[in-house]
Amino acid sequence: MLTAEPFQQTGRTGVDRTVVRVTEKVRVADGVVTLTLTAPDGGRLPDWAPGAHVDLTLDNGLTRQYSLCGDRWDAHTYRVGVLLEPASRGGSRHVHELLEPGHTVGLGGPRNNFPLVPAESYLFVAGGIGITPILPMIAQAELLGADWRLLYGGRQRSSMAFLDELAVHGDRVQVRPQDEHGLLDLAGFLGTPRPGTRIYSCGPGPLLAAMEAACAGWPARTLHTERFVAAEQGAPVRTTAFDVELTRSGRTVTVTPDVSVLEALGTAGVEVLSSCRQGTCGTCETTVLAGVPDHRDSLLDDAERAAGDCMYPCVSRSCSDRLVLDL
Amino acid sequence: MTLAPSRPTDLPVSDADPFSHEVLDDPLPMHEELREAGPVVHLSRYDVYALARYEQVHAALVDWQQFQSAAGVGLSNFRTEKPWRPPSLLLEADPPRHDAPRRVLSKVLGPRALRSLREAWVADAEVLVDEVLADGPELDVVPRLAEAFPLRVFPDAVGLPAEGRENLLPYGDHAFNAFGPANDLVAKGEHRVAELSGWVGSVCARDVLAPEGFGADIWAAADRGDITPAMAPLVVRSLLTAGVDTTVHGISAVLSGFATHPDQWQRLRQDPGLARVAFDEAVRWESPVQTFFRTATTDVQIGGTVVPEGHKVLMFLAAANRDPRRWTDPDRFDLGRDPSGHVGFGMGLHQCVGQHVARLEAEAVLTALARRVRSIELAGPTRRHHNNTLRAWASLPVRLTIS
Repeated sequence: MLTAEPFQQTGRTGVDRTVVRVTEKVRVADGVVTLTLTAPDGGRLPDWAPGAHVDLTLDNGLTRQYSLCGDRWDAHTYRVGVLLEPASRGGSRHVHELLEPGHTVGLGGPRNNFPLVPAESYLFVAGGIGITPILPMIAQAELLGADWRLLYGGRQRSSMAFLDELAVHGDRVQVRPQDEHGLLDLAGFLGTPRPGTRIYSCGPGPLLAAMEAACAGWPARTLHTERFVAAEQGAPVRTTAFDVELTRSGRTVTVTPDVSVLEALGTAGVEVLSSCRQGTCGTCETTVLAGVPDHRDSLLDDAERAAGDCMYPCVSRSCSDRLVLDL
Repeated sequence: MTLAPSRPTDLPVSDADPFSHEVLDDPLPMHEELREAGPVVHLSRYDVYALARYEQVHAALVDWQQFQSAAGVGLSNFRTEKPWRPPSLLLEADPPRHDAPRRVLSKVLGPRALRSLREAWVADAEVLVDEVLADGPELDVVPRLAEAFPLRVFPDAVGLPAEGRENLLPYGDHAFNAFGPANDLVAKGEHRVAELSGWVGSVCARDVLAPEGFGADIWAAADRGDITPAMAPLVVRSLLTAGVDTTVHGISAVLSGFATHPDQWQRLRQDPGLARVAFDEAVRWESPVQTFFRTATTDVQIGGTVVPEGHKVLMFLAAANRDPRRWTDPDRFDLGRDPSGHVGFGMGLHQCVGQHVARLEAEAVLTALARRVRSIELAGPTRRHHNNTLRAWASLPVRLTIS
């Protein structure tokens, strides 16, 4: 419906593009739930591609990264899968025990550090919850008519999510729970090195180390890996106001939690050119002279984020009390 | 305006021809007519569904799921008609095939990548402005600035050989004409298609491109496996098709805005930091890219109308950019306005990947001019250049007064 979403991505009416609502929570395996997320106004969510993740900021102030594992042809919902970490310090336990449909969570991204590059054939190796980014990759490989196979390991069958969804692919998918089969036979699955194949693997550290070793004889850049974020880390995302100091105009603008930096600047009469207002186009790029930005865009990679020398004020905020911008 | 009995009664029908010379010379009355007729209007002449209001144009632009590009973004439907050249991997592609080329080019042309060019382009613009002013106060800014500056910096940034660069503008002009119907504008370009396409194809090859530049960066992405080697020349071709005429007409647009709004020129002189806003305001006001088509992937409801699957939708970016439902006093070129959110660069995942290049080129020219020129006024009759997709000037004679 084209008329259902008037101006919602470009209007200046304060529609918050950085919050999503949980509309469904489903237990899909032992210790794994999926969350369905939608925009509070029901509008489109930012576009993404297989391998992308979002940052979700929970009520308790923790930020966690989750791979998107839904259908990108559905522009209105995201799906993420969350494993209950036995040693959880509040992230996955919060999701499993406290987060319920109707609740909202903060959204950053999507960002993609694990993009699916074009290839004639793909070999996918997933360990446990590392299956989540692989699911949309499989859908994509199917769409492209590429040859593909999946090796999927886990502790036991009951803890392995999405087996029902994978069953339709028949013998392209090998499900190998450790209690039935022992350690994954990576060498047997990968076979002889051949050009034109790309290998994608996501899972716990030991699996990825074993993959590095198993792929040593393959052409360079064949193996692509992503370590799912098992270690929980607190992200310093503020829930309080901060000040933005503008060096060129000599002004200071306070940004309250309910508005974006861009909106706060606009209200103060400092117009910054922007376009998408989703942190995807890069139009509003602003040089950061001091302070620590809380990057919530889809553009900067990890190294660029760490450099901390620019930010996209349409979505990104501040970790520090004060940000100094070249405006 | 008449209603065809076979269509839903709430679907207005228009026999307007957006590609006629009369409309191309001044499309604004037709834009207003279509905008006011309804959220969607059937163009009986071409059997396409026209969107001219901001709300619907914006919604269609971002909705790649229901409005595909791979069937062509011109009138021609690639499902049934053979394209005049191999389709673009960016403009005429949908996810998932669109993903990798777009990801690569976004990085190659991204704002961070352009930082290294900024200083040189600003200096180059100052040299060009000095040269132009040395020749006297009256000049035609279309060839002398709007064409000259992009041709001075962009082919070098891509890494093109010196020979044959004069082919860039006619190639781009024909490519943008080819999005329209097979009218006289297409016919006039056809005799050179083989020659121009041959040249463009030849300079996309790795060994022809300079070892540093956007072209080399694209080939480096192929080396990394981010795109395939077969994709690389077509991604380079996208730069050459869409990267020159569009910026030329964008710079013409902003200069025409200033020549006809002298108060706005004074505003820029007082605050040269407004150069970027001025360019985007000109892109909104003039919309150098006027239109693009999409093709419905399913029966899509717009307002009270269903656009049937497989049918073409014509999005009037220019009409959306002057929709009074979205913009206050839309016909005014106004540096005090926040033009953010205009659809002159498109919107969504096909949004102009070269927009930061265009902005940097325009900013360099405007900043150099603002430093030396006190006033810009028209100095003779202006003339439009007609193109099926682009809004362009053939001639803009002005008088520049040096500060």
